[in-house]
Amino acid sequence: MLLSEVGYARPATLEQALGFLAEHPGARALAGGQTLINVMKARAAAPDVLVDLAGLPELRGIELRSDGELEVGPMTTYSELIASPEARARPILGEVCAQIADVQVRNRGTIGGNVCSSDPTNHLPPLLVALGAQLTVAGASGERVVPAKDFFLGVYMTAVGPGELLTKITIPPGRSDGFSSVTIGRDGTCIVNAAASANGSLSVVLGCVDATPVVVEPASADAEAVRGAVREAGFEPPSDVHASSAYRRQLAEVVAARAAAQAAERAAA
Amino acid sequence: MEGGTPVVTSQTISVEVNGTTYEREVEARRLLIHLLRDDLDLTGSHVGCDTGNCGACSVILDGTLVKSCMLLAVQADGCSIETVEGLAQDEQLSSLQQAFSDHHGLQCGYCTPGMLMSATALLRESPSPGDEEIARAIQGNICRCTGYWNIFTAIKAASGQEVGE
Repeated sequence: MLLSEVGYARPATLEQALGFLAEHPGARALAGGQTLINVMKARAAAPDVLVDLAGLPELRGIELRSDGELEVGPMTTYSELIASPEARARPILGEVCAQIADVQVRNRGTIGGNVCSSDPTNHLPPLLVALGAQLTVAGASGERVVPAKDFFLGVYMTAVGPGELLTKITIPPGRSDGFSSVTIGRDGTCIVNAAASANGSLSVVLGCVDATPVVVEPASADAEAVRGAVREAGFEPPSDVHASSAYRRQLAEVVAARAAAQAAERAAA
Repeated sequence: MEGGTPVVTSQTISVEVNGTTYEREVEARRLLIHLLRDDLDLTGSHVGCDTGNCGACSVILDGTLVKSCMLLAVQADGCSIETVEGLAQDEQLSSLQQAFSDHHGLQCGYCTPGMLMSATALLRESPSPGDEEIARAIQGNICRCTGYWNIFTAIKAASGQEVGE
Protein backbone atom coordinates (compact mmCIF):
# COMPACT_ATOMS: atom_id res chain seq x y z
CA MET A 1 0.00 0.00 0.00
CA LEU A 2 1.26 3.45 -0.84
CA LEU A 3 0.77 5.82 2.07
CA SER A 4 -0.05 9.47 1.58
CA GLU A 5 3.03 11.61 1.40
CA VAL A 6 4.43 12.22 4.87
CA GLY A 7 7.45 13.89 6.44
CA TYR A 8 9.71 11.92 8.74
CA ALA A 9 12.16 12.89 11.44
CA ARG A 10 14.14 10.83 13.89
CA PRO A 11 15.15 13.17 16.72
CA ALA A 12 18.11 12.32 18.95
CA THR A 13 16.88 14.17 22.02
CA LEU A 14 13.55 14.64 23.78
CA GLU A 15 13.83 18.41 23.23
CA GLN A 16 14.15 17.90 19.47
CA ALA A 17 11.16 15.56 19.50
CA LEU A 18 9.02 18.07 21.42
CA GLY A 19 10.26 20.79 19.05
CA PHE A 20 9.12 18.88 15.95
CA LEU A 21 5.74 18.15 17.52
CA ALA A 22 5.27 21.80 18.44
CA GLU A 23 6.40 23.10 15.02
CA HIS A 24 4.15 20.81 13.03
CA PRO A 25 0.57 20.81 14.33
CA GLY A 26 -0.24 17.84 12.10
CA ALA A 27 2.65 15.76 13.40
CA ARG A 28 2.22 12.45 15.18
CA ALA A 29 4.69 10.60 17.36
CA LEU A 30 5.64 7.23 15.85
CA ALA A 31 6.29 4.55 18.47
CA GLY A 32 6.07 0.91 17.30
CA GLY A 33 3.75 1.82 14.43
CA GLN A 34 1.62 -1.32 14.80
CA THR A 35 -1.53 0.80 14.90
CA LEU A 36 -0.47 4.09 13.33
CA ILE A 37 0.98 2.68 10.09
CA ASN A 38 -2.20 0.69 9.54
CA VAL A 39 -4.56 3.59 10.17
CA MET A 40 -2.44 5.63 7.76
CA LYS A 41 -2.91 2.91 5.12
CA ALA A 42 -6.65 3.09 5.68
CA ARG A 43 -6.41 6.91 5.42
CA ALA A 44 -8.09 7.05 8.83
CA ALA A 45 -5.17 9.22 9.97
CA ALA A 46 -3.13 11.55 7.79
CA PRO A 47 -0.31 13.06 9.84
CA ASP A 48 1.90 15.44 7.83
CA VAL A 49 4.99 14.52 9.85
CA LEU A 50 5.95 11.36 11.74
CA VAL A 51 8.29 11.96 14.65
CA ASP A 52 10.01 8.60 15.14
CA LEU A 53 10.83 8.06 18.82
CA ALA A 54 13.19 5.12 18.11
CA GLY A 55 16.30 7.27 18.60
CA LEU A 56 15.44 8.21 22.18
CA PRO A 57 16.86 5.57 24.55
CA GLU A 58 15.53 7.49 27.56
CA LEU A 59 12.00 6.49 26.48
CA ARG A 60 12.82 2.78 26.62
CA GLY A 61 13.46 0.35 29.44
CA ILE A 62 12.08 -1.00 32.69
CA GLU A 63 13.39 -0.09 36.10
CA LEU A 64 12.33 -1.53 39.44
CA ARG A 65 12.94 1.18 42.02
CA SER A 66 13.93 0.44 45.60
CA ASP A 67 10.46 1.53 46.80
CA GLY A 68 8.93 -1.24 44.63
CA GLU A 69 7.57 1.08 41.94
CA LEU A 70 8.12 0.10 38.34
CA GLU A 71 9.19 2.80 35.92
CA VAL A 72 8.50 1.82 32.34
CA GLY A 73 9.59 3.82 29.31
CA PRO A 74 6.71 4.23 26.84
CA MET A 75 8.81 2.87 23.95
CA THR A 76 9.23 -0.46 25.75
CA THR A 77 7.76 -3.23 23.62
CA TYR A 78 5.30 -5.87 24.79
CA SER A 79 7.97 -8.53 24.20
CA GLU A 80 10.41 -6.66 26.43
CA LEU A 81 7.77 -6.42 29.17
CA ILE A 82 7.03 -10.15 28.87
CA ALA A 83 10.72 -11.07 29.12
CA SER A 84 11.70 -8.59 31.83
CA PRO A 85 12.52 -10.00 35.30
CA GLU A 86 11.90 -6.51 36.76
CA ALA A 87 8.41 -6.31 35.25
CA ARG A 88 7.50 -9.51 37.14
CA ALA A 89 7.26 -7.33 40.23
CA ARG A 90 3.74 -6.65 38.89
CA PRO A 91 3.08 -10.00 37.18
CA ILE A 92 -0.20 -9.07 35.47
CA LEU A 93 1.65 -6.63 33.22
CA GLY A 94 3.60 -9.30 31.31
CA GLU A 95 0.65 -11.70 31.47
CA VAL A 96 -1.61 -9.25 29.67
CA CYS A 97 1.06 -8.17 27.16
CA ALA A 98 1.42 -11.87 26.20
CA GLN A 99 -2.26 -11.82 25.14
CA ILE A 100 -1.83 -9.01 22.63
CA ALA A 101 -1.98 -10.03 18.95
CA ASP A 102 1.02 -12.15 17.87
CA VAL A 103 4.81 -12.39 18.15
CA GLN A 104 5.52 -9.92 15.36
CA VAL A 105 3.21 -7.27 16.79
CA ARG A 106 4.48 -7.85 20.34
CA ASN A 107 8.06 -7.36 19.08
CA ARG A 108 7.28 -3.87 17.76
CA GLY A 109 4.19 -2.64 19.62
CA THR A 110 4.83 -0.52 22.70
CA ILE A 111 3.12 0.12 26.03
CA GLY A 112 3.10 3.85 25.25
CA GLY A 113 1.55 3.34 21.84
CA ASN A 114 -1.12 1.09 23.32
CA VAL A 115 -2.26 3.73 25.82
CA CYS A 116 -1.73 6.81 23.63
CA SER A 117 -3.81 5.37 20.79
CA SER A 118 -6.66 5.12 23.36
CA ASP A 119 -8.61 2.65 21.29
CA PRO A 120 -11.47 1.46 23.52
CA THR A 121 -10.68 -2.17 22.61
CA ASN A 122 -7.03 -1.99 23.71
CA HIS A 123 -5.83 -4.11 26.63
CA LEU A 124 -3.65 -1.70 28.54
CA PRO A 125 -5.89 1.33 29.21
CA PRO A 126 -8.20 -0.55 31.66
CA LEU A 127 -5.21 -2.42 33.08
CA LEU A 128 -3.19 0.71 33.85
CA VAL A 129 -6.25 2.35 35.43
CA ALA A 130 -6.77 -0.73 37.65
CA LEU A 131 -3.09 -0.79 38.65
CA GLY A 132 -3.16 2.87 39.65
CA ALA A 133 -0.43 3.83 37.18
CA GLN A 134 0.82 7.41 36.86
CA LEU A 135 1.71 8.76 33.44
CA THR A 136 4.30 11.49 32.97
CA VAL A 137 3.59 13.87 30.10
CA ALA A 138 6.28 16.27 28.87
CA GLY A 139 5.84 19.44 26.84
CA ALA A 140 7.53 22.74 26.19
CA SER A 141 6.53 24.02 29.64
CA GLY A 142 7.85 20.97 31.52
CA GLU A 143 6.45 17.76 32.91
CA ARG A 144 3.22 16.85 34.61
CA VAL A 145 2.02 13.60 36.11
CA VAL A 146 -1.45 12.34 35.22
CA PRO A 147 -3.11 9.42 37.04
CA ALA A 148 -4.20 6.72 34.57
CA LYS A 149 -7.86 7.24 35.53
CA ASP A 150 -7.65 10.84 34.21
CA PHE A 151 -5.43 10.05 31.21
CA PHE A 152 -8.04 8.66 28.80
CA LEU A 153 -10.30 11.42 27.53
CA GLY A 154 -12.14 9.80 24.64
CA VAL A 155 -11.82 7.48 21.66
CA TYR A 156 -8.26 8.11 20.35
CA MET A 157 -7.91 11.05 22.79
CA THR A 158 -5.70 11.27 25.86
CA ALA A 159 -4.26 13.86 28.22
CA VAL A 160 -1.24 14.08 25.90
CA GLY A 161 -1.96 17.39 24.16
CA PRO A 162 -0.53 18.96 21.00
CA GLY A 163 3.24 19.30 21.23
CA GLU A 164 3.43 16.86 24.15
CA LEU A 165 4.76 13.34 24.66
CA LEU A 166 4.18 10.55 27.15
CA THR A 167 7.62 10.03 28.68
CA LYS A 168 7.17 7.62 31.59
CA ILE A 169 4.70 5.16 33.09
CA THR A 170 5.02 4.54 36.82
CA ILE A 171 3.31 1.51 38.31
CA PRO A 172 2.97 1.03 42.07
CA PRO A 173 3.82 -2.34 43.66
CA GLY A 174 1.20 -5.05 44.05
CA ARG A 175 0.56 -8.64 43.02
CA SER A 176 -3.16 -9.12 43.53
CA ASP A 177 -4.42 -8.31 40.07
CA GLY A 178 -6.63 -9.97 37.50
CA PHE A 179 -7.55 -9.63 33.84
CA SER A 180 -10.17 -11.26 31.68
CA SER A 181 -11.41 -10.68 28.17
CA VAL A 182 -13.49 -12.12 25.38
CA THR A 183 -11.63 -11.68 22.11
CA ILE A 184 -12.10 -12.18 18.39
CA GLY A 185 -10.00 -15.32 18.10
CA ARG A 186 -7.27 -16.16 20.56
CA ASP A 187 -5.29 -13.05 21.54
CA GLY A 188 -7.35 -11.04 19.07
CA THR A 189 -9.10 -7.71 19.44
CA CYS A 190 -11.13 -7.48 22.64
CA ILE A 191 -14.92 -7.53 22.46
CA VAL A 192 -15.02 -6.77 26.19
CA ASN A 193 -12.23 -6.76 28.74
CA ALA A 194 -11.82 -6.14 32.45
CA ALA A 195 -8.87 -5.58 34.74
CA ALA A 196 -9.09 -5.87 38.52
CA SER A 197 -6.87 -4.98 41.40
CA ALA A 198 -7.32 -6.10 45.00
CA ASN A 199 -4.31 -4.38 46.53
CA GLY A 200 -6.29 -2.65 49.27
CA SER A 201 -9.89 -2.08 48.16
CA LEU A 202 -11.18 -3.95 45.11
CA SER A 203 -11.38 -2.01 41.88
CA VAL A 204 -12.59 -3.42 38.57
CA VAL A 205 -12.05 -1.49 35.34
CA LEU A 206 -13.93 -2.33 32.16
CA GLY A 207 -12.82 -1.72 28.60
CA CYS A 208 -14.79 -1.75 25.31
CA VAL A 209 -18.05 -0.69 26.99
CA ASP A 210 -17.55 3.08 26.71
CA ALA A 211 -15.17 5.54 25.03
CA THR A 212 -12.75 5.29 27.96
CA PRO A 213 -12.15 2.70 30.71
CA VAL A 214 -14.88 2.63 33.37
CA VAL A 215 -14.16 1.95 37.05
CA VAL A 216 -16.61 0.01 39.21
CA GLU A 217 -16.02 -0.68 42.89
CA PRO A 218 -17.90 -3.76 44.03
CA ALA A 219 -18.27 -4.38 47.76
CA SER A 220 -16.54 -7.76 47.39
CA ALA A 221 -15.03 -10.07 44.79
CA ASP A 222 -18.04 -12.36 45.10
CA ALA A 223 -19.31 -12.96 41.56
CA GLU A 224 -22.83 -11.72 42.31
CA ALA A 225 -21.52 -8.56 43.98
CA VAL A 226 -19.28 -7.80 41.00
CA ARG A 227 -22.01 -8.54 38.45
CA GLY A 228 -24.43 -6.37 40.41
CA ALA A 229 -21.96 -3.47 40.46
CA VAL A 230 -21.49 -3.77 36.69
CA ARG A 231 -25.29 -3.84 36.16
CA GLU A 232 -25.71 -0.75 38.34
CA ALA A 233 -23.13 1.12 36.27
CA GLY A 234 -25.72 1.02 33.46
CA PHE A 235 -23.37 0.67 30.49
CA GLU A 236 -24.69 1.32 27.02
CA PRO A 237 -21.91 -0.23 24.93
CA PRO A 238 -22.00 0.02 21.14
CA SER A 239 -23.29 -2.79 18.93
CA ASP A 240 -21.20 -4.09 16.07
CA VAL A 241 -20.78 -7.16 13.93
CA HIS A 242 -19.06 -9.03 16.78
CA ALA A 243 -21.51 -8.36 19.60
CA SER A 244 -24.77 -6.55 20.19
CA SER A 245 -24.93 -3.95 22.93
CA ALA A 246 -26.97 -6.30 25.13
CA TYR A 247 -24.49 -9.14 24.64
CA ARG A 248 -21.56 -6.84 25.48
CA ARG A 249 -23.38 -5.80 28.66
CA GLN A 250 -23.76 -9.46 29.58
CA LEU A 251 -20.09 -10.18 28.77
CA ALA A 252 -19.03 -7.17 30.84
CA GLU A 253 -20.55 -8.80 33.93
CA VAL A 254 -18.84 -12.11 33.17
CA VAL A 255 -15.33 -10.77 32.53
CA ALA A 256 -15.56 -8.36 35.49
CA ALA A 257 -16.42 -11.28 37.81
CA ARG A 258 -13.56 -13.39 36.39
CA ALA A 259 -11.00 -10.59 36.71
CA ALA A 260 -12.14 -9.84 40.27
CA ALA A 261 -11.97 -13.53 41.21
CA GLN A 262 -8.40 -13.79 39.88
CA ALA A 263 -7.34 -10.68 41.81
CA ALA A 264 -9.01 -11.94 45.00
CA GLU A 265 -7.45 -15.37 44.63
CA ARG A 266 -3.99 -13.84 44.38
CA ALA A 267 -4.73 -11.56 47.35
CA ALA A 268 -5.58 -14.65 49.41
CA ALA A 269 -2.50 -16.61 48.28
CA MET B 1 20.61 18.80 14.36
CA GLU B 2 23.13 16.98 16.48
CA GLY B 3 22.57 13.29 15.89
CA GLY B 4 18.92 13.61 14.90
CA THR B 5 17.48 13.99 11.43
CA PRO B 6 15.42 16.96 10.23
CA VAL B 7 11.96 16.50 8.74
CA VAL B 8 12.37 14.95 5.29
CA THR B 9 10.01 13.37 2.77
CA SER B 10 12.74 11.15 1.37
CA GLN B 11 16.18 10.10 2.52
CA THR B 12 19.06 7.81 1.66
CA ILE B 13 19.08 4.76 3.86
CA SER B 14 21.48 1.88 4.26
CA VAL B 15 20.26 -1.60 5.09
CA GLU B 16 22.01 -4.94 5.21
CA VAL B 17 19.83 -7.66 3.75
CA ASN B 18 20.99 -11.27 3.97
CA GLY B 19 24.57 -10.06 4.36
CA THR B 20 24.59 -7.58 1.46
CA THR B 21 24.56 -3.84 2.12
CA TYR B 22 22.24 -1.71 0.01
CA GLU B 23 21.97 2.07 -0.13
CA ARG B 24 18.80 3.49 -1.58
CA GLU B 25 16.97 6.78 -1.55
CA VAL B 26 13.43 6.09 -0.35
CA GLU B 27 10.36 8.17 0.31
CA ALA B 28 9.39 8.35 3.97
CA ARG B 29 6.02 6.84 3.09
CA ARG B 30 7.55 3.70 1.58
CA LEU B 31 6.85 0.51 3.52
CA LEU B 32 9.74 -1.84 4.21
CA ILE B 33 8.07 -4.65 2.25
CA HIS B 34 8.09 -2.46 -0.88
CA LEU B 35 11.75 -1.57 -0.42
CA LEU B 36 12.53 -5.29 -0.30
CA ARG B 37 10.31 -6.36 -3.18
CA ASP B 38 10.29 -3.42 -5.56
CA ASP B 39 13.64 -1.69 -4.97
CA LEU B 40 15.86 -4.64 -4.03
CA ASP B 41 14.02 -7.24 -6.13
CA LEU B 42 13.79 -9.61 -3.16
CA THR B 43 10.32 -10.86 -3.99
CA GLY B 44 10.34 -13.84 -1.63
CA SER B 45 8.58 -11.86 1.10
CA HIS B 46 4.93 -11.50 0.13
CA VAL B 47 2.22 -8.91 0.56
CA GLY B 48 -0.86 -10.81 1.66
CA CYS B 49 -3.35 -8.65 3.51
CA ASP B 50 -1.41 -5.39 3.86
CA THR B 51 -3.22 -4.83 7.16
CA GLY B 52 -0.77 -6.51 9.52
CA ASN B 53 -2.85 -9.64 9.98
CA CYS B 54 -1.51 -12.34 7.66
CA GLY B 55 2.25 -12.36 8.31
CA ALA B 56 3.26 -13.23 4.71
CA CYS B 57 5.64 -10.24 4.82
CA SER B 58 7.43 -11.38 8.01
CA VAL B 59 11.18 -10.76 8.10
CA ILE B 60 13.79 -10.74 10.85
CA LEU B 61 14.99 -7.21 11.64
CA ASP B 62 18.08 -6.96 13.88
CA GLY B 63 17.28 -10.42 15.20
CA THR B 64 13.60 -9.72 15.84
CA LEU B 65 10.64 -11.06 13.88
CA VAL B 66 8.51 -8.25 12.41
CA LYS B 67 5.88 -7.73 9.74
CA SER B 68 7.50 -5.61 7.04
CA CYS B 69 4.17 -4.09 5.95
CA MET B 70 3.90 -2.33 9.32
CA LEU B 71 7.27 -0.64 9.19
CA LEU B 72 8.51 2.24 7.09
CA ALA B 73 11.68 1.59 5.13
CA VAL B 74 13.26 4.67 6.78
CA GLN B 75 12.70 3.07 10.20
CA ALA B 76 14.98 0.23 9.10
CA ASP B 77 17.87 2.59 8.26
CA GLY B 78 21.07 1.06 9.63
CA CYS B 79 19.39 -2.28 10.39
CA SER B 80 20.25 -5.81 9.42
CA ILE B 81 17.41 -7.74 7.77
CA GLU B 82 16.96 -11.43 7.06
CA THR B 83 14.44 -12.55 4.47
CA VAL B 84 13.46 -15.96 3.14
CA GLU B 85 16.08 -15.59 0.38
CA GLY B 86 18.77 -15.77 3.07
CA LEU B 87 17.74 -19.13 4.55
CA ALA B 88 19.30 -21.47 2.00
CA GLN B 89 23.11 -21.54 2.00
CA ASP B 90 25.08 -22.61 -1.09
CA GLU B 91 21.94 -23.90 -2.80
CA GLN B 92 21.26 -26.09 0.25
CA LEU B 93 17.85 -25.64 1.85
CA SER B 94 17.94 -24.91 5.57
CA SER B 95 16.86 -27.87 7.69
CA LEU B 96 13.59 -26.03 8.32
CA GLN B 97 12.97 -25.51 4.59
CA GLN B 98 13.79 -29.18 3.97
CA ALA B 99 11.32 -30.19 6.71
CA PHE B 100 8.57 -28.08 5.05
CA SER B 101 9.27 -29.98 1.83
CA ASP B 102 9.45 -33.40 3.50
CA HIS B 103 6.26 -32.91 5.49
CA HIS B 104 4.27 -31.14 2.80
CA GLY B 105 4.11 -27.97 4.91
CA LEU B 106 2.93 -25.88 1.99
CA GLN B 107 0.31 -26.01 -0.71
CA CYS B 108 -0.05 -22.76 -2.65
CA GLY B 109 3.10 -21.43 -0.98
CA TYR B 110 1.94 -17.87 -0.52
CA CYS B 111 2.27 -17.87 3.28
CA THR B 112 5.43 -20.00 3.25
CA PRO B 113 8.10 -17.23 3.33
CA GLY B 114 6.45 -15.72 6.40
CA MET B 115 5.93 -19.11 8.05
CA LEU B 116 9.60 -19.95 7.48
CA MET B 117 10.77 -16.68 9.02
CA SER B 118 8.48 -17.07 12.05
CA ALA B 119 9.65 -20.65 12.55
CA THR B 120 13.30 -19.63 12.07
CA ALA B 121 12.90 -17.00 14.80
CA LEU B 122 11.20 -19.56 17.06
CA LEU B 123 13.88 -22.23 16.65
CA ARG B 124 16.66 -19.76 17.40
CA GLU B 125 15.02 -18.80 20.67
CA SER B 126 13.75 -22.23 21.55
CA PRO B 127 15.53 -25.10 19.79
CA SER B 128 13.10 -27.75 21.11
CA PRO B 129 9.77 -25.97 21.27
CA GLY B 130 6.69 -27.56 22.84
CA ASP B 131 3.43 -27.91 20.90
CA GLU B 132 1.89 -24.80 22.47
CA GLU B 133 5.04 -22.82 21.75
CA ILE B 134 4.97 -23.80 18.07
CA ALA B 135 1.30 -22.90 17.78
CA ARG B 136 1.84 -19.50 19.39
CA ALA B 137 4.92 -18.80 17.26
CA ILE B 138 2.89 -18.99 14.04
CA GLN B 139 -0.17 -17.23 15.47
CA GLY B 140 0.67 -14.15 13.40
CA ASN B 141 0.86 -16.11 10.14
CA ILE B 142 -2.28 -17.07 8.28
CA CYS B 143 -2.39 -20.11 5.97
CA ARG B 144 -5.58 -20.70 4.02
CA CYS B 145 -4.57 -24.04 2.46
CA THR B 146 -2.97 -26.48 4.83
CA GLY B 147 -5.04 -26.27 7.98
CA TYR B 148 -1.66 -25.67 9.68
CA TRP B 149 -1.13 -29.27 10.68
CA ASN B 150 1.67 -30.06 8.23
CA ILE B 151 3.35 -26.73 8.97
CA PHE B 152 3.25 -27.56 12.66
CA THR B 153 4.69 -31.03 11.95
CA ALA B 154 7.45 -29.60 9.75
CA ILE B 155 8.56 -27.16 12.45
CA LYS B 156 8.52 -29.89 15.07
CA ALA B 157 10.51 -32.22 12.81
CA ALA B 158 13.03 -29.45 12.01
CA SER B 159 13.69 -29.11 15.73
CA GLY B 160 14.72 -32.77 15.79
CA GLN B 161 11.66 -33.95 17.71
CA GLU B 162 9.72 -37.11 16.89
CA VAL B 163 6.64 -36.55 14.77
CA GLY B 164 3.90 -39.12 14.15
CA GLU B 165 2.94 -40.12 10.63
